[in-house]
Amino acid sequence: MSDGYVTPDGRTIGGKVLEMQNITLRFGGVVAIKDISFDIREGEIRAIIGPNGAGKSSMLNVINGFYHPQEGQILFHGEVRKPMKPYQIAKQGIARTFQNIALFKGMSTLDNIMTGRFNHMKTNIISQMIWQGPAAREEAENREIVEKVIDFLEIQAIRKTPVGALPYGLQKRVELGRALAAQPKLLLLDEPMAGMNVEEKEDMSRFILDVNDEFGTTIALIEHDMGVVMDISDRVVVMDYGKKIGDGTPDEVRNNQAVIDAYLGVDHG
Amino acid sequence: MLYREAGDYKKSYAEDSQTFPLKLDRWAYYALLAVAFLVVPFVINDYWASAVLIPFLIWSIASLGLNILTGYCGQVSLGTGGFMAVGAYASYKLMTSFPDLNIMIIVLLSGAITAAVGVVFGLPSLRIKGFYLAVATLAAQFFLVWLFNKVEWFYNYSASGQISSPTRSMFGFEVTGPTASASAKYLFCLVLVVGLAWVARNLTRGRIGRSWMAIRDMDIAAEIIGVNPLKTKLTAFAVSSFFVGVAGALMFAVYLGAVDVGDTFGIQKSFLVLFMIIIGGLGSILGSFIGAAFLVVMPVLLKNVMVGMLGWPSDMSSYLELVIIGFLIMLTLILEPHGVAQLWRVTKQKLRLWPFPH
Repeated sequence: MSDGYVTPDGRTIGGKVLEMQNITLRFGGVVAIKDISFDIREGEIRAIIGPNGAGKSSMLNVINGFYHPQEGQILFHGEVRKPMKPYQIAKQGIARTFQNIALFKGMSTLDNIMTGRFNHMKTNIISQMIWQGPAAREEAENREIVEKVIDFLEIQAIRKTPVGALPYGLQKRVELGRALAAQPKLLLLDEPMAGMNVEEKEDMSRFILDVNDEFGTTIALIEHDMGVVMDISDRVVVMDYGKKIGDGTPDEVRNNQAVIDAYLGVDHG
Repeated sequence: MLYREAGDYKKSYAEDSQTFPLKLDRWAYYALLAVAFLVVPFVINDYWASAVLIPFLIWSIASLGLNILTGYCGQVSLGTGGFMAVGAYASYKLMTSFPDLNIMIIVLLSGAITAAVGVVFGLPSLRIKGFYLAVATLAAQFFLVWLFNKVEWFYNYSASGQISSPTRSMFGFEVTGPTASASAKYLFCLVLVVGLAWVARNLTRGRIGRSWMAIRDMDIAAEIIGVNPLKTKLTAFAVSSFFVGVAGALMFAVYLGAVDVGDTFGIQKSFLVLFMIIIGGLGSILGSFIGAAFLVVMPVLLKNVMVGMLGWPSDMSSYLELVIIGFLIMLTLILEPHGVAQLWRVTKQKLRLWPFPH
């Protein structure tokens, strides 16, 4: 699979966008991630699953730059990534959503998603002060892109509503919108469907598939709902106690004995 | 029915993000500007200028400045008085060292110097937040006041330890000094208020303003979007201190004429400005003006009512004034914790549907 592959539904998956090589992350004596390697390929939907405390969110935090692993290296587009701050990694084109919604509560839906355009807006503070001219032009151009995201996620009606007043499902959608507005090369979703009812999960799954399909965005997601994971992802990494216990297509993972043991428990009798 | 957006169509994104989206609001704003520039200067007298209008304008600039830092960027500061002192002493040193320099340039340079000082005292904000940051900025307040008292160079070795403003003119009109006219001082302050409010509005509506608010609301999420927390917080400190420094320079050079640093720029002034933005509305340009009006104009109004109209003794009225203002502050905060600006927003919302309730 070194040069990509073709999925059962006929999408062509390209080369490696991100490659984690022998990552180990420790907090004092606690080993959160132990010697894990896997890759994420261009255009695929890659799921990371595992029981609670398996180290999935820590893994996203490593990709994001919140945590710096003690061992191992991360290759982004084939180049070894130096230790970076999260905002520098964002500039490279990695966006994400959070398990517990992390929206800007005091701002409207529109402003939240406009904030996602931060890396694409370049005018300096002097033009921002004067506004008329470059700053206003840049604002309108980026607003056009944001409006496309708003249309895509079908949240036109709440454009000017403060996000704090929105129901949970819509907040999740706005957060996805904020990440999409950045037009990322790699989109990380930390439990995008946590706490949702069936309809909301169906909507969210559809948005994730559509994002991947329409924009060709590479997506890595953490999710607990096995039905959803098996349906939408192309390849799955399974973690347990900080270790990787399985990696492959949903079917391969489903039949992996180590994975079944981790989820259902092993008979010690 | 009188106040609504129906029929006021927006045809571009620029129009959609106007400061005053409704025609009625826009006209009201232009009318206010016209009165302020074309009518008030000709009818103003010394009492109105020195008791109401000039202090209102100057405190508006200070509260705009603090609102940028605290209301928009979420960094609590109790150093406002100290930063105003930096502006005042910077303008004094500039005025006495460069007698030919235009007063407008001096005021703006004083703001720039204060901005630099503000950035230095803003450095702790990278590590500490909330109440702890407030305590750290308190250090700025006490240190700066102490510095201007202690180091004689700042007050040019004068015997009294005070600084007093020499006369400077602009377009042939005296703006500072004892003989400057009320309307010249008023216009000078007004130009700066309108200019700086415009700058504040522009900064807060765009990329930089959103990055401030992002840091305020959820700093971790801001960082994964690409907002550099260090740069963003220090920019807020710089811009905020610029405003506060200009306010300090005006307070000294134009309004008071002579300043004793401990009296004029003490800790109580830091609290005063903080109260202004809390009462007016955090994260609101209009709120900064409302807050300044509330705490500057209200005491004068009460005094006039109690002493002038009711004929009460002035000592009693000055105590009652404090009681009433304290009561009004509490009342405002209980009725609308988000400040008077929010109250205004709610009223506008209701007015759109008036006379129907829903």
